[in-house]
Amino acid sequence: MSSTLIRAERPLFEGADWEFGTIQRSYEEIEKIALKEMGLDVYTNQIEVIGTEQMLDAYSSIGMPLFYKHWSFGKHFSRHEAMYRTGMQGLAYEIVINSNPCISYIMEENTAMMQTLVMAHAAFGHNHFFKNNYLFQQWTDANGILDYLEFAKDYISQCEERYGEVAVERLLDAAHALMSQAVHKYPRKRAADLRSEEKRERERREHDEKVFNDLWRTVPGKENTRQDPTAAEQRKALLELPQENILYFMEKSAPRLAPWQREILRIVRIIAQYFYPQSQTKVMNEGCATYTHYTIMNRLHEKGLLTDGAMVEFLSSHTNVVFQPEFDDRRYNGLNPYALGFAMMQDIERICTVPTAEDKQWFPHIAGCNDHMNVLRDVWANYRDESFILQYLSPRLVRHFSLFHVMDDSNEPNLRVEAIHDERGYRKIKQALAKQYDVSWNSADIQVVDVNLAGDRRLILHHRALNRVLLEEKDARLVLQHLADLWGYDVLMKEVDPATDAVLKEHSASPKPGIVRIEPG
Amino acid sequence: MHIVDRRLNPSGKNLANRQRFMRRAKAQIRKAVHESAGSRSIKDADEGGEVVLPAQGVNEPTFRRSSSGGIRDHLLPGNKEYIAGDTIQRPPRGGGGSGSEGAPDGEGEDDFRFALSREEFVDLFLEDLELPDLAKRRVVNAEALVYHRAGYSVSGSPANLALNRTVRNSMSRRIALRRPKPEELQALLDEIEALDPADEIKRLELQEEYARKKRRTGIIPYIDPLDVRYRRFEPHPKPVAQAVMFCLMDVSGSMTEHMKDLAKRFYVLLYIFLKRRYKNVEVVFIRHTHQASEVDEDTFFNSPETGGTVVSTALEEMQRVIQERYSPDNWNIYAAQASDGDNTASDNDKTAALLTKVLLPACQYYAYLEVGRDSEHFPPGFIRRDSDLWQTYSTIIRAGAPMAMRKVGHRRDIYPVFRELFAKKTGTEAAAE
Repeated sequence: MSSTLIRAERPLFEGADWEFGTIQRSYEEIEKIALKEMGLDVYTNQIEVIGTEQMLDAYSSIGMPLFYKHWSFGKHFSRHEAMYRTGMQGLAYEIVINSNPCISYIMEENTAMMQTLVMAHAAFGHNHFFKNNYLFQQWTDANGILDYLEFAKDYISQCEERYGEVAVERLLDAAHALMSQAVHKYPRKRAADLRSEEKRERERREHDEKVFNDLWRTVPGKENTRQDPTAAEQRKALLELPQENILYFMEKSAPRLAPWQREILRIVRIIAQYFYPQSQTKVMNEGCATYTHYTIMNRLHEKGLLTDGAMVEFLSSHTNVVFQPEFDDRRYNGLNPYALGFAMMQDIERICTVPTAEDKQWFPHIAGCNDHMNVLRDVWANYRDESFILQYLSPRLVRHFSLFHVMDDSNEPNLRVEAIHDERGYRKIKQALAKQYDVSWNSADIQVVDVNLAGDRRLILHHRALNRVLLEEKDARLVLQHLADLWGYDVLMKEVDPATDAVLKEHSASPKPGIVRIEPG
Repeated sequence: MHIVDRRLNPSGKNLANRQRFMRRAKAQIRKAVHESAGSRSIKDADEGGEVVLPAQGVNEPTFRRSSSGGIRDHLLPGNKEYIAGDTIQRPPRGGGGSGSEGAPDGEGEDDFRFALSREEFVDLFLEDLELPDLAKRRVVNAEALVYHRAGYSVSGSPANLALNRTVRNSMSRRIALRRPKPEELQALLDEIEALDPADEIKRLELQEEYARKKRRTGIIPYIDPLDVRYRRFEPHPKPVAQAVMFCLMDVSGSMTEHMKDLAKRFYVLLYIFLKRRYKNVEVVFIRHTHQASEVDEDTFFNSPETGGTVVSTALEEMQRVIQERYSPDNWNIYAAQASDGDNTASDNDKTAALLTKVLLPACQYYAYLEVGRDSEHFPPGFIRRDSDLWQTYSTIIRAGAPMAMRKVGHRRDIYPVFRELFAKKTGTEAAAE
């Protein structure tokens, strides 16, 4: 970085107090660094100053500025409020929303340094990530989300007026229970429009003409072996089975739901889909934001825009954020995504600028390229946690965190250490860690596999119990009940061992009235 | 970039969600409320506060993978001694040794604690309860004046100006006195303007009429002081319902801590209940052994006394306090007596007489609570004799006095008994009766 050190005459602020002028000035200075020096690309920013209660409000509605009404949000609000009041939990300094314009909430009681930090972190770090990461581009519509939420809120409150709060609540309970099974994990094929259909047809014909050889017609072939699809296959094709997006399946195929009920399922499903990328990019998203604020704050200090006092305050706060307790520490609660993300981003910068021999061997394509911002921007745009760790976790970091891999097989009496931070372990650890961030490994793999259309219309689901880990039984039964209530007929879930296809456990549920009308018998 | 200051946005955005949640968890909240009420002192029993709900019932189930069984991989930071191939003793469940993952959704099965406001607390607490006799409402003093609207007056402060009425008056006066309207004047002017210049006579005529009307407008004002009216308010004395609650308790040696605790819980309930119905509730504590005295709350519950048991002394003390400070004309009097049922045999008649002749006529309601031991059990075949006091009071109740009595042996019975005593008796009689 060409650090032309022109020191500012006056720092942006002194002391902890801030006013709107301070925020404006800080923002402008941050923007200069973020856009010109780091080359970030962000949505227009909207910074909203809020108070404690509003922050609690935002907490309980998954951070969204407007949301439909449901008792569970009241529950979360009460819980957070009680914890906050008794001092068991502090509040976040900011919340940022993936929308265009990108809304960042900042708390009124933050100090001036904190507001600067928060803007660098949220309004530029997260914002850049939201705008550029492929998952967010693929799955979320930042321009439309606020309008959609507004629509959802109105629609649901209209339904409450028309069909009663109780009916809507029952439906939302069921939908929320299935929310984690309500995402498409792969983009579906879009129906082609006429123009592209025609183009494809023409290309095929041209290809056929090019390779046409009359000789082939005379070669004796097999009899036409294509069989008619069986009834089961036909049915599955019709219902798009197997289907892992259970809520989608209910919306499209549940026989007894009213149109408004389908629409509400759709709303819940679309919101779940909107949050899907966030769960896959925790490490990267926080890593990107933390790296950004760290770089910006340091540059501000270099330029003389931050006082030494503010810088010390920043460093203390930053250190807390990226602190990683060790596994035998009382404070240990899993790997801290801020710590891991930030360390990996810094490590990439180091590999690009001052690579060691080891780095050159492991990362020949970036080692010593000296343009770390370019590499980082590319990483932020094209990876998710799993692929990012698989690609960029360096041996140096494995040593730094002293990572080790423990295998816990419930059939064995003891745990086994599979790999540690040594020459033989780097790759294993990297792969195992990446797997931990792979959504398809983390969440239960549940699919609708068949429906008995001819008989009792029973819905059959399979849970492929990866590594023989079954579902939490009590919860599973409750959710299955919700599912049966939506479907209107019996539901059967089999837990299958994917290795042997043996059925490990079965649960079933019969519908209760409440969501759809249940015929007696 | 915009900066928006949202701090002044209306708060309480989450109120609707909160109400839905309360409705949802009503049964549990109610139970939690009753439990938490027991542990408070009487005077601040009706403050809002934190209650703890079990996580069941308000949980939100999802399909999630079990936290035990199968093959699991753990990746942990901070290796110090292990090398690949080592085996580690499996740590006891819940131990942090190999990184207990915690509940996947970040919300454990902990109890759920949250704070209720004072109104929410009392509402839940006293649902469906009713005081037996609310008839006696007395006007006490002048400070309880309320102002009601009472027509209009011609004098008053500008803030109370009745605009509609004033303009109405002004309009009727203007019509009656034929004050020319501005449109009329304008029409005349227009006519003069449009007049043929040759028609001098007509023009003079019109001009004169215009001048006359103009003068009239000046003489008759648009709004006259006569029109002005003010909204009038009349002071009304407001009936102030006030109540006094007498807590009577036997503190002789036979009353154990457990019994006192039961009694206290009952008093707390009664206090909250009265507080809800009456603006002003006073509490009088009278304790007795073979002699009685009025004491403060702390002494009442906490300092031990020794002596015999003569119930009538407490009733006499109560009578004295009523005569001195709480005239039955001005106060709704409630009394709650707690005792283990012992009384000196010779005192029973005196007690009964005092109650029926003096106290019950003055009281709205008299509740007697007989507290027993927690683990009271009797050998089979042993028929428990009703206590002296119980027998005495039974005869009084049979005569139809505003009195009720119950036996309570365990904390959990207090609230049901209380509800039984004060349950709304609409249509069907309360089940307990």
